Parts: sequence; C-alpha cells; structure tokens
Amino acid sequence: MVGNADLFVNWARKSSLWYLLFATACCGIELMQAGASRYDMDRFGAVFRATPRQSDLMLVAGTITHKMAERVKRLYDQMPEPKYVIAMGSCANTGGPFYKDSYCVVKGVDLIIPVDVYIPGCPPRPEALIDGIMKLQKIIMQRKNYGAKA
Amino acid sequence: MTTRTDALPTQEMTINMGPQHPSTHGVLRVILTTDGEVVTRAVPDMGYLHRGLEKIGERVTYAQYMPFTDRLDYLAAMNCNCAWAWAVEKLAKIEVPERAEYLRVIVCELNRISSHLIAFGSYTADMGAFTPFLYAIREREQVNDLFEMICGNRLTYNYARVGGVSGDAPKGFLEKTKEFLDYFEPKLDEYNNLISYNKIFVHRLANVAVIPAEDAVAYGLTGPNLRGSGVPFDLRKDEPYSVYPKFDFKVCVGTGERGTLGDCFDRYMVRINEMRESIKIVRQAVAQIPDGPVLAKVPRVFKPPVGETYFRSECPRGETGIYLISDGSVNPYRLKIRTGSFVSMNIFEKITRGLMIADIVAVIGSFDIILPEIDR
Amino acid sequence: MEAQAIFDTLKGKFGDAVVELQGEGFSPAFVVVAPAAVKEVSRFLKEDPNLSFDVLMCLSGVDYKEKFAVAYHLHSLKQHHVIGLKAMLPRETPSLPTVDDVWPGANFHEREAFDLFGIVFEGSKDLRRILLPEDWEGHPLRKDYKYPDFYHGIKV
Repeated sequence: MVGNADLFVNWARKSSLWYLLFATACCGIELMQAGASRYDMDRFGAVFRATPRQSDLMLVAGTITHKMAERVKRLYDQMPEPKYVIAMGSCANTGGPFYKDSYCVVKGVDLIIPVDVYIPGCPPRPEALIDGIMKLQKIIMQRKNYGAKA
Repeated sequence: MTTRTDALPTQEMTINMGPQHPSTHGVLRVILTTDGEVVTRAVPDMGYLHRGLEKIGERVTYAQYMPFTDRLDYLAAMNCNCAWAWAVEKLAKIEVPERAEYLRVIVCELNRISSHLIAFGSYTADMGAFTPFLYAIREREQVNDLFEMICGNRLTYNYARVGGVSGDAPKGFLEKTKEFLDYFEPKLDEYNNLISYNKIFVHRLANVAVIPAEDAVAYGLTGPNLRGSGVPFDLRKDEPYSVYPKFDFKVCVGTGERGTLGDCFDRYMVRINEMRESIKIVRQAVAQIPDGPVLAKVPRVFKPPVGETYFRSECPRGETGIYLISDGSVNPYRLKIRTGSFVSMNIFEKITRGLMIADIVAVIGSFDIILPEIDR
Repeated sequence: MEAQAIFDTLKGKFGDAVVELQGEGFSPAFVVVAPAAVKEVSRFLKEDPNLSFDVLMCLSGVDYKEKFAVAYHLHSLKQHHVIGLKAMLPRETPSLPTVDDVWPGANFHEREAFDLFGIVFEGSKDLRRILLPEDWEGHPLRKDYKYPDFYHGIKV
C-alpha cells in the first residue's frame, strides 16, 4: 500500500519537473535551445519558471563567479522542498576551461550547493541535457517518501 | 468622488532587478529607484560573469587562446574567433590564403544571422510574444547544423586559427548553405508580418529610449545601436578588412519609421534588415569562393615580433576591438578586448530616466547585450 | 592625416607636454603625453576641426613592469583617421585627470582600469569597482598580483 503511494508520488514528481531559468553563460543557450523547437523539453513535463519559489529543479548552466556565488546559494535556499540540482557543463562541474588561470571563478558549483546530477560537456548537447534529466527522473523514482526510515 | 492625491506623501522605492531575471539576457543586475512605476534612476551592476579572460590571455599562448574567444560572445563565436585571428595576423603580418578568408566571411555572416535571430526571438519573448522565439530557434537550429558540418560544434566553434581556418568546408557544405538561404529569405517577411508591425509591439518600442546621434557617438556606441540612431558607420564598409571589399551590400540605418529616430524600434529594425544583407553577402561569397589551401604556414612555437596593435571588426553586437601588446614571447603581454555591449551599458543610466519599469526590459533587449562581452 | 602630422600639430601647440611618437611597430601610432596634460590634449584633439577625434574607441590600462600606462585609441568619423594617445604613470601612485567630460563614454573604461589596475582618474564623476566584488582586495591585472587563497570561505 505504502509502496504504491511512493510510486504515485514519485511518478508525479518526475513527470513535471519545473526548472528554474538560471542561465549564466554559454550553457544557457543550449538550455534555451533544448527547451525550444527541436529538442522540446516540454514533452517531459519540464517547463521553465522564472522564480525559484515555483520551481523544483535548478539547472546550473554556466560559469559561477565569486560575485555570483552568494546569489546562487540564496536562490537555492528559496526553492521549496523537494528540490534537485543539476550541474550542467564543465564550468558548473569543476570550473571548466577557467580552472587553471582564472582568479574569480568558483571551481564547481558543488562547493556551494549539493548537486544530484553532473552533465559533462562544453557545452553539452541538448541530447546530453535530456539524458541528464532522465537520469534525475530515475533518481526520483527510487526515493522513499512514506516507508519506514532505515 | 475624486481622490485628492496632492496631499498624499510618497516615497521612492529601491527595487532590485536581480542577477537572475528572465529578461536581462544574462546575469545583469539593475538597481532601480522608482517613484511608483516610473523609474527615476536605473544603475547597472555588472561583474557577475567576470572570469578574468584578459589575465588568462597573459598566461596561455596565442593559439591556446582561441577557445576562450568563443566564450567571449557565445552567440557570435565565429566573429570573435576570427577577430582574434585577424588581430594576431595583423600583429605578426601573416598572409592568409584567400579561400580561408572567404570561409571566414561565410561563417561570420551566418553567425550574424543566427545571433540576430536570438536577439529577435528573445526580444519578442521579453515583450510577451512566445511564438517568434520558437520560429527563430527553428531557423537557428539549421544554422547550427551547418556549423556542425564544418567544425563539429554547435555553439563554441574554435574554428579560426592564426593563419587560416582549422579545416576546409566538407563536400556538400556550400550547397546546403545555398539551400538554407533560399529557405530563410522569405521567413524574414513572415516575421515582419507576424510581429514587427503589430500594434502592441510597435507601441511598446516606438519613442522609447531615444538616443540622438550626437549622444550615440559621444558615448562610443557601435554596431546596430549606432546605426539605429541614423549614423551610417559600418566597419565592413568604412574600414574594410579581410575580403569584405569584394561584396556588394547596403549599410542598414534606422529611419524613425514608427517613432523618433533612434528609439528601440529603429534598433530592432536595423537587426532585421541586417539579416537580409548578410544573406546577400553569403550568397556572393559562396558564388565567388576560390580553391586553395586553408591554412598558412605558421611556426609551431609562434612568437610574433615586439609591438602593439589594435584591430577592430564588426561583430553582431557592435565593434569588437582587440588591443594586443606582444613582447616577443609565446604569450601575449597584454590583451584588452573592447566590446560593443560594455560600451552600450555606459549610456544606460542616462536614457532610462523617466521610463516605466516595463520599458527597462524593452531597452535592455534593444541594446542586445550579452553578459560575457560586458564582463569578460 | 598621418600620425607624424598629428604629432607635429600637437607638439606645436603643447610643446614639452607631448613627449614622443611611438610609430615603428605600433599600429596605430601612439603619441606619448605627460599625464597632467591628458585632458587639454584630449579636448584639443576632439574640438579642432582638422583632427575632430569624436570617438573614443578604447581606453586601456597597461602594466609595463617599471611603470603603468593608460592607452587611448581615438577615431574620427569625419576625417576617417585613427591615432593612439598614451600617458606613462609611476608605479607607486598612478593617477591622471579623467577624460569623461571630453568623451562621456570614457567613464566605464576608466572604472575598469581602476578596478583591474588601481589607476586613479582624478575628477571622475563615478570611480568605483565595476567588474569585481566591492570588497575584493588587490588589482588582478597587475603583473605582481598574487591570487588569493579564499574569498568568503570559498577556495579561489
């Protein structure tokens, strides 16, 4: 009985992942193109929201600089639970091409907020982004909401 | 019953149009001081994408810097790649093969079309119309396919090299380009019929943020922002570089057709018309392109002579000027990139006095700024 | 007008404030002036009808290891010529008068030079950091800049 409730809730959550439009740099354009004409992300139920209060997925797309880092944390805190984070692209994973020589780039957004899925690429193709979202959907399906805590 | 408002005390509000905003075209923060809905002061706050590209330039070699120019203006990456290549070639006086120059012009103009498509799509989306955005992305995906044929990537191309381009156009590229141009040219009329002369759209853009020609010149505006104010200055015609003298095209200037000369609508129409001219240029280039090598002989360990140079090229967002100082070693000594978007933000505070908050969005979109160009 | 002719005109008008012409290996050529005279020379370059340099293309700070410099690139829409203007500054206290009343577009460039090099522009209507956070320490584009270890608890 409880298992079915879990299944139902997780299915509902994974089928309508509303993501926050948080596009900093080049990966933002691939994010836009993935949500638009050819690689429509709307068919997965994922529409973009402009405000963190109404979204449950934060796709960090682009380089995070030290000036931006506090705002990223604040946006993450403003999202309601359950919330997920996908780090899209090299810059969000580890700092990207700016890892070695730049003085003001955060070397990976996981230094600031917890990340669920990392998508490599510079920028990752829209197909890779959709693959990342499908992996996140698998993670969501495995979540135990109502069972006894282990 | 009338309300007596003259006795009401009012207070100015400070509103933050923060770094994360759907209409600021990136991580731009605008601090608005408003009296109700009317803005009394709008101060842009930048630097949220400052990655230190100029310092990085001093620590890598000339060839290694090419991928970083992609990230400088990622919507016009081919233009930035070629600007860097032309700047280094001017410094070191390298002769580029003619086929490489033609290929550079073809990809630069195709990239101008795709950059203006995003400008058009996102501007109309900011104004509330979502359909043109999807149409623009549909066409842009076709240009992305062409670029994927020629260099393998959809967004950050890394195509130009110091001395030429990285690879020749594969078989079928020029035919596919012609097919795309034949498909795309009637679409511009479709966009004009769909949205450009729509009454609401015109009402939101006309007579908003008028920039007179003297101000545009004094503040150093370039590109479509300058031409929208009526100044017919285009680097491709006035200080031509590469093989641009061989092509016949018009310089698109704002005409004040729906309002005052130099308002947002003029800047928008200049971009639509420029797409038409770019189609013309690519057609001529595809017809005239000669055969030959695509990369000049440049030594593996490349050390240009000591000197300083300033090279400027016409990118979709304005003039990209590269001030390059070489001290004879493998790394540049100082590298300063002057971009059209950075200079456009200079005049922002002046022209936004007295506008409403919704007009701020119209102004940002009409400048067609992109944050990595501003922040570098 | 050629760079040599522009240099001769400036030398005739301002005498010793105009130091030298850097022509060989420099494209465009640079007229090196004393820092204190930058504002008068700029105003003359803009307002004289034969020169009429009405567009400031670029204003950059440069760190030549013994001293700093500010390089101006100017362009004339009417006369279709370009010239460079350079002012050499001492390393300890780099400062020179602002040109943002001659070319209003200079303001953001000067703020950037202040932010990344520490060059102070006297009389500027708004001189504060533009690209880096307000509480950043140091000026990154100087050749002797050491990257900090941490900023607000995050590793740099």
